[in-house]
Amino acid sequence: MAVYAHSSPTAAEMMPPPVRRTPLREVFFGDLFSACLSVAAIGLLWSLLPALNWATLDAVWVTDDPGECRAGGACWAFIADKLRFILFGIYPPEEQWRPLLVIGLILGMTLISLPPKAWSTKLLAGWIAAIAAMLALMWGGFAGMSFVPTGKWGGLPVTLLLALLSLSLAFPLAVVLALGRRSNRVVPRLLSVLSIEIVRGLPLVGLLFVASIMLPLLLPQSWTIDKLGRTLAALTIFAAAYLAEVIRGGLQGVPQGQGEAAEALGIPRWKIVWHIILPQAIQKVIPPLTNTAIVMVKNTSLVLIVGVFDMLSAGRSAATDPEWPAPFAESYIFVGAIYFLICFGISLYSRWLEEGIHSREYK
Amino acid sequence: MMHAPQTATTGSAIRIEGVDKWFASFHALKAVDLDVAAGERIVVCGPSGSGKSTLIRCINRLESHQQGRIVVNGVELNESLKNIDAVRRDVGMVFQHFNLFPHLTVLENCALPQILSRVTPRRDAEEKAMTLLERVRIPEQAQKYPGQLSGGQQQRVAIARALCMNPRVMLFDEPTSALDPEMVKEVLEVMVSLAEEGMTMIVVTHEMGFAKEAADRVVFMDQGRVVEIAEPRVFFDSPKHERTRHFLNQIIH
Ligand SMILES: Nc1ncnc2c1ncn2[C@@H]1O[C@H](COP(=O)(O)OP(=O)(O)OP(=O)(O)O)[C@@H](O)[C@H]1O
Ligand SMILES: [Mg+2]
Repeated sequence: MAVYAHSSPTAAEMMPPPVRRTPLREVFFGDLFSACLSVAAIGLLWSLLPALNWATLDAVWVTDDPGECRAGGACWAFIADKLRFILFGIYPPEEQWRPLLVIGLILGMTLISLPPKAWSTKLLAGWIAAIAAMLALMWGGFAGMSFVPTGKWGGLPVTLLLALLSLSLAFPLAVVLALGRRSNRVVPRLLSVLSIEIVRGLPLVGLLFVASIMLPLLLPQSWTIDKLGRTLAALTIFAAAYLAEVIRGGLQGVPQGQGEAAEALGIPRWKIVWHIILPQAIQKVIPPLTNTAIVMVKNTSLVLIVGVFDMLSAGRSAATDPEWPAPFAESYIFVGAIYFLICFGISLYSRWLEEGIHSREYK
Repeated sequence: MMHAPQTATTGSAIRIEGVDKWFASFHALKAVDLDVAAGERIVVCGPSGSGKSTLIRCINRLESHQQGRIVVNGVELNESLKNIDAVRRDVGMVFQHFNLFPHLTVLENCALPQILSRVTPRRDAEEKAMTLLERVRIPEQAQKYPGQLSGGQQQRVAIARALCMNPRVMLFDEPTSALDPEMVKEVLEVMVSLAEEGMTMIVVTHEMGFAKEAADRVVFMDQGRVVEIAEPRVFFDSPKHERTRHFLNQIIH
């Protein structure tokens, strides 16, 4: 075991903390428990070798001839061939710059919204404008862009829009529900409890069915709300019920003294909630909020059950092309990788946010 | 009184007449009477649970009383939200546990309340905040978060935050009891200087040094009642009531 300590007698105060480096052998095999885990991990990796082989050495990376894929390796050439279909679904190919631009807009807006310093009413207005622009781009029907009905939207933009819109619409709804549930008044509390418990008690698939199939049967014919819109409504309601409970947990963690101090300063009630209580409540529940956000991103894939053409539906239907030898695994791996990137990104971001919060308190 | 009151109002800054307060069936304040003149400094003391906090929290309506009258600068505290707002505009409060907003910097702690309750432009609010942070002698901490300050520094920020609202009355609820002994002095110094400027103050504290130095009158409470009110000299040298003597003996020894 090596101990590296730099000491300089002339400037003892400036001495950096001693650094102790543990050798790798000790990290992985230092005690019985670590050793067992290390052996198990190596065994697992070993057993995955054939799959790794399938995915890399035996794989067909580029080809114009689907027949070459019958050899048994992974057929990544298929992904290259179907990339546009998986990403954009049946959106008219010559118009696919529009959904591409939408993806770009979402990425760009997300990037500039990352640092908490950027959060302001201006940014909120920016997001509302950006989302309006995205929907306008997708629909078209003006400025020489052909009209594309939502039935033809598909792939990654649908997944991203459903996730983004359901979460951002659910959030304010969840705040209202959480506050209602903590209210002293009976009616708001009862309404909140009822809606949260009913929605949480139903499976999302059930909600989606009700929204997309039952609702049109129940409502008069003239009330046709778009199927994508109804699906979005179901996702939003579902997310709101879960977010509400997470936010309620955060509200419970804010000491009573915070509200009292704000009241004593003469700050109006709703401004206390907005500027003093909610920010603290939300900071306290970043891990479960992240969790809900990630679950909701993945939940959007359930819309394929009611026939909305999201990225997972596109991947599945791409693989049914009879020209190719049923490359379902490749298709799902590719789609899965995109989901993973999104969700892991959210996860990293939340860790970064939390570090920012912890750096403000050394006690 | 040595100091001229800040305002021209004659008579009482705070009038408390026959106030009763119950928590469910627990009788927390019993027929409390107290008249505080503008510019007067009152120290309230008494054993734990005697109702000191409850009394001063009734003065800015953090608690509501059920009987009697409380009038602050001519405005009666009742169900009227307008009156409650008016009173809170005039009354600042400092808490035992500081209650700074942990998600805001020290500067924002002092500036944001002005912006939210008075619709002050941000520039003016921050300028005012800096002036008051200088006054409590911690302008250099303005960009830090409360969690990064010592208890004494936090309490001074809390005083600055309250003063930013230009209060005519300041309430202190055991402002030094959560502090390490070496930090009590820096907070008391700020309070004494505030008293010297003629601020109307009601201070719940067991710091008898402060009471002797700065108070015009000392109020002793026990079991929800005001037992004795006297000038500090009289209060400490010749308390009239047996319970007061008993209490003073306990905190001095
Ligand atoms: N919100 C409340 N609900 C029920 N009882 C309360 C509440 N607040 C205070 N009490 C009770 O009222 C009595 C007076 O409390 P108060 O906090 O005013 O005492 P205090 O004199 O400030 O004591 P301390 O020195 O411990 O702060 C106590 O017996 C307390 O238990
Ligand atoms: Mg108290």
